[in-house]
Amino acid sequence: MRLSPSRRKPHPDSFAIALLRAVLACTVFVAMAQTDLLFAQTDTESGWFNADRTQALVLGIVLTGAILLYVVLAASGRPLFIRKIAGLETVEEAVGRATEMGKPILYVPGLNDMDEVQTIASMNLLGHLATIIAGYDSRLHVPVRKSLVMSVARETVQQSYLSAGRPDAYQEDDIHYVSDAQFAYAAAVDGIIVRERPAACFYLGGFYAESLILAETGNSIGAIQIAGTARPPQLPFFVAACDYTLIGEELFAASAYLSKEPRMLGSLKGQDAGKGIAIVFILAGSALATLESVTGNETVREVSQIVLWLFR
Amino acid sequence: MDVTLQLWIDAALTLMILSFLYRDNPFYKFAEHLFVGVSAAYLMAIGFWDHLVPNLLGKLFPSLMSGVVPGAVGRSPDYYYIIPAVFGLLLLTRLVDRWAWLSRWALAFIVGGSAGFNLPRFLDSDFIIQVQSTMVPLVVLDPAGNLLWGASFSHIVLVLGVICGLVYFFFSVEHKGILGHVSRAGIWVLMVTFGAAFGYTVMARISLLTGRMEALGAWLATMF
Repeated sequence: MRLSPSRRKPHPDSFAIALLRAVLACTVFVAMAQTDLLFAQTDTESGWFNADRTQALVLGIVLTGAILLYVVLAASGRPLFIRKIAGLETVEEAVGRATEMGKPILYVPGLNDMDEVQTIASMNLLGHLATIIAGYDSRLHVPVRKSLVMSVARETVQQSYLSAGRPDAYQEDDIHYVSDAQFAYAAAVDGIIVRERPAACFYLGGFYAESLILAETGNSIGAIQIAGTARPPQLPFFVAACDYTLIGEELFAASAYLSKEPRMLGSLKGQDAGKGIAIVFILAGSALATLESVTGNETVREVSQIVLWLFR
Repeated sequence: MDVTLQLWIDAALTLMILSFLYRDNPFYKFAEHLFVGVSAAYLMAIGFWDHLVPNLLGKLFPSLMSGVVPGAVGRSPDYYYIIPAVFGLLLLTRLVDRWAWLSRWALAFIVGGSAGFNLPRFLDSDFIIQVQSTMVPLVVLDPAGNLLWGASFSHIVLVLGVICGLVYFFFSVEHKGILGHVSRAGIWVLMVTFGAAFGYTVMARISLLTGRMEALGAWLATMF
């Protein structure tokens, strides 16, 4: 994708890089300007820095630093290992099955708008999936609930078809808006499932009460179903009704896993470092709290308070 | 509208939607298309009057909107709102092929802005508060120094469950050996949690079904 017009045929990567830069610039700008948590005004006087939230800033810098470090390492060519994620191995198999059966592939990007991280992750996955589908010459059907998601999905899929060398196969009308109303959307997608009988259904993004309605309908027609969401209340329904479910962070890791793109892999490694930090502090904090509870020692109490202060 | 007529429409549409449990049929299609069309139009009108008019037009043209936006009377125009107005218009350039590329600037701002806005919020709610809540003593004593078995067991399950769950979400290392066992325990913890959540939500769904059945009951009562 590009952020400027050009008469030449665009190189697939050039616009992606330009858009990524614009997105990163906006992210950094808004994160810095976001004054609620780190740089909030205090109750009594105005100011640029909220000293009460210093530890949040420190942790933010440590976590962001770990991510940046791994991104740089990945960009320098260092191989980074990512473990196998069950479900993603079957994506190509599902697309192949749909092609053999001459049936479409349904992709539901969740109910949230583009301000939700899950939807952004879903668009990444849609891009990878569309590239595979373009290669197989199958039909991709994407009904969406939000107009902005429709715009981004169209851009993403068009770009994927372009990079796969099949711009002619891209059908804009297959990515269409349905309704903003949750259950009207669910009713319409149910209708699409039973009438078109897709061979594979993907539910990737943020879902609410309609998750089981969609997954159960897809199950009833015998479609291969791959779901993923970071909304814990909906995960049980996907686990029960789908063949594979990406649980929580697996949804965000999926795009890095599929693309093997160094920047995404580096980011994933950096997030793992964050989890490592969390485990270390949980163990240390619990051990100190246990010692404090058993011995009542004042020194242990003080050290415990320092560790707790970091996560206040 | 007459209450009886409302009940009949309500019952007819409920039955049309429920007919999907048998199979796809013209009644379900009718109800589905009606639902989609009405909701899309309704939410578009709501979006215009509840968001666009008070949040943009009311700020840029307060005198013009004084009749429909409360508090707009006497307010001077807030010209900062030209920026979101321009971004909004840029999104509409998608409708013209030649200028469609401009809409990507607005999209880039929305995606990047949302990510930046959410970064400190998620750091706080999904990391700091979660870690803090898990730093609990594994041995809980009452003020007299007696061991509280229930609370201690609960804390041990919490800490071990969180650590096993976190290990499952480690993507950098192969889940083999001890790590594999811990990760396996993590997925068990997740599945037990999902099972409990499933049962809880099914109960909530049954209450929704009861509500629909009550509506049908009220409709039947009008006939007898």
